[in-house]
Amino acid sequence: MSNTIPILEVRDLHATVAGKEILKGISLTVRAGEVHAIMGPNGSGKSTFTHIVAGNPAFTVTSGQVLYKGKDLLTMSVDVRAKEGVFLGFQYPVEVPGVRTAQFLRTALNAIRTYRGQPEIEFKAFTQFLKEKSALVEMNQAMINRSVNEGFSGGEKKRNEILQMAILEPALTLLDEPDSGLDIDSLKIVANGVTQLRKPDNAIVLVTHYQRLLNYITPDFVHVLIDGRIVKSGRRELALELEAKGYEGFKKLTAAPA
Amino acid sequence: MTTTPKDILSKEYKWGFSTDVEADVAPKGLNEEIVRFISHKKQEPEWMLEWRLKAYRHWLTLKNEEPTWANVSYYHIDYQDVVYYAAPRKPGDGPKSLEEINPEVMEAFNKLGIPLGEQKRLAGIAVDAVFDSVSVATTYKETLEKQGIIFCSFSEALQKHPDLVKKYMGSVVPYTDNFFASLNAAVFSDGSFAYIPKGVRCPMELMTYFRINQADTGQFERTLIVAEEGSYVSYLEGCTAPTRKKHQLHAAVVELVALDGAEIKYSTLQNWYPGDVDGNGGVYNFVTKRGKAMKNSKISWTQVETGSAITWKYPSVILQGDNSIGEFYSVALVNNRQQADTGTKMIHMGKNTRSTIISKGISAGRGNQTYRGLVRVMPGAENARNYTQCDSLLIGEKCGAHTVPYIEVRNPTAQVEHEASTSKISDDQLFYVMQRGIAAEDAKFMIINGFCREIFKELPLEFAVEATQLLKVSLEGAVG
Ligand SMILES: Nc1ncnc2c1ncn2[C@@H]1O[C@H](COP(=O)(O)OP(=O)(O)OP(=O)(O)O)[C@@H](O)[C@H]1O
Ligand SMILES: [Mg+2]
Repeated sequence: MSNTIPILEVRDLHATVAGKEILKGISLTVRAGEVHAIMGPNGSGKSTFTHIVAGNPAFTVTSGQVLYKGKDLLTMSVDVRAKEGVFLGFQYPVEVPGVRTAQFLRTALNAIRTYRGQPEIEFKAFTQFLKEKSALVEMNQAMINRSVNEGFSGGEKKRNEILQMAILEPALTLLDEPDSGLDIDSLKIVANGVTQLRKPDNAIVLVTHYQRLLNYITPDFVHVLIDGRIVKSGRRELALELEAKGYEGFKKLTAAPA
Repeated sequence: MTTTPKDILSKEYKWGFSTDVEADVAPKGLNEEIVRFISHKKQEPEWMLEWRLKAYRHWLTLKNEEPTWANVSYYHIDYQDVVYYAAPRKPGDGPKSLEEINPEVMEAFNKLGIPLGEQKRLAGIAVDAVFDSVSVATTYKETLEKQGIIFCSFSEALQKHPDLVKKYMGSVVPYTDNFFASLNAAVFSDGSFAYIPKGVRCPMELMTYFRINQADTGQFERTLIVAEEGSYVSYLEGCTAPTRKKHQLHAAVVELVALDGAEIKYSTLQNWYPGDVDGNGGVYNFVTKRGKAMKNSKISWTQVETGSAITWKYPSVILQGDNSIGEFYSVALVNNRQQADTGTKMIHMGKNTRSTIISKGISAGRGNQTYRGLVRVMPGAENARNYTQCDSLLIGEKCGAHTVPYIEVRNPTAQVEHEASTSKISDDQLFYVMQRGIAAEDAKFMIINGFCREIFKELPLEFAVEATQLLKVSLEGAVG
């Protein structure tokens, strides 16, 4: 184990939504350069976990800690977390009618740069930057000129999330099912994009149902999340085991306290 | 015309006119003497005075017909407690150019990013500024004159082009039209006049800036735009008023005439003083705007309304000629105690006439607004088409939005479509935008701006930037 400060450290996190407990004690440590995959059945709390790290106020943290580079993330507002370098690629990206993607991303990037004491990026330089990054996920100019996610197909929305990740260059990226609803070509595009964005100084938490994605993005760790708890953690092979056996064998582990 | 101003003057005296004719400000109240005083001040031709008097007498018969159907409420307006005419201190040396305008006023304009500054004029917008009741400056007049385009104050038009004014004034909004239009016809002070000759494409945006300066003064402008066959003009109108404790009355009339094949694009940025948080002060804005579209012509109204305590306004198009097109694009914002009852009327008379209505209403604070729209298809309007879309965005819990569409179809070939929606800024949207690093308030403005985009894109670029600013200023504190 490295002795540097982890990018993300979650300690015994409990959370509720609408009075119902969803996360029942999650602990996870993610270090620079690592990719962690989280797998688990529908409704087990995977999205909830990513949303809590990003600060979605719909969820209530009842106990536990979330540290980002050693700082308490739970006291930060949503936008400050993003400015600090936390990015969430949504399972269901949201449409923002009337706001052009290019404009949206430039505003976001400049807000982040201003927070970090960097000068705002000029329109021209940004346009060039955006062009390069959109090539990465094969998004064309026409899509960038459209309103954010409005009328995008499921696959296009997912690619747009990766484009945003590429533009904002976060230190911690949470990708919630970046592969769901993708055809085989899109899957490769998305996976390839993510792989290229993988850097020694950043970290990625990848939520997925399918081991197929992990063929392209090789994870360092795999965690199995069932009923609000991580019931098992392991290496790459754990995903293969899951694929072969399903969740049945793991479910009995939920009874045991974490 | 054989009557000289002197004759009018003596007539006025005969009628017992007792006001100091050199005064810059008319005494409060309204009677025939005041109407004569205004006409005299402006050295108008006799027929103009006659018209005003007819309007005044008609208005008297409407005394009990002040419209009450609008979804707005306000204390009874005492029409005798209003000043109907105010000229700059010394008419002779009133501001001749924008540079001479009170720097405070200029500062207020600059704050809003309003293009009165020299650099923007250089950018190619001809500006006519109407302060209180008098037009103070018209730029670019000579450039325009070369192409035969007339762009000047209404008063100047009455002096220099009386035949044109006489021919078209009242042809779209007669003085009998409604309570406020009659009042305007009797006492209108100034306004803008534009005339685009046959086949001419006006090479720059024409713009008028209206501002109520003097306390207790009503402002009654009259604007007339005539686009001859095959011509094109884009006209912009901006309105501001300073903060006043008392309500101010604004009752304007705008008439557009688009002759065969002509196109008029009329854009408004209305930012009259809206009153304070508790509804003290603010402008009562009762406006009649209407265009008449002849064969193959097109009239578009685009408006961004953020000001006024009360807005009562329905820019309309009479689609008289075959194949004519009418459009109405509107963003109306109410905050605090503001009330707005606004919309449009599209009257289809000609064959194959088409109209589009897109109305975006934003309500915040305790603001209340109603979209009121009429689409009427007359028996002769074969294949008329209308598409109406009304979207309301609510910010907070205490505001309101209402949609009242009236559809009257008297021709079976008509196709009329109406869509309406009411929404709030969703938590999901807000979370998504903020997750990209954008702070809460900016995120909300971004979403609100997105909501208005369909309208803003209809505005000339510079105006669109101002509209965005205006929205932001008007919503300050409301979206925190
Ligand atoms: N706003 C909410 N109100 C009520 N229940 C909610 C809310 N959000 C999530 N839940 C519940 O929390 C549980 C976990 O949901 P979550 O979206 O985290 O699951 P998931 O593991 O991401 O599932 P999937 O694989 O289907 O995406 C589910 O039972 C869900 O119904
Ligand atoms: Mg999920």
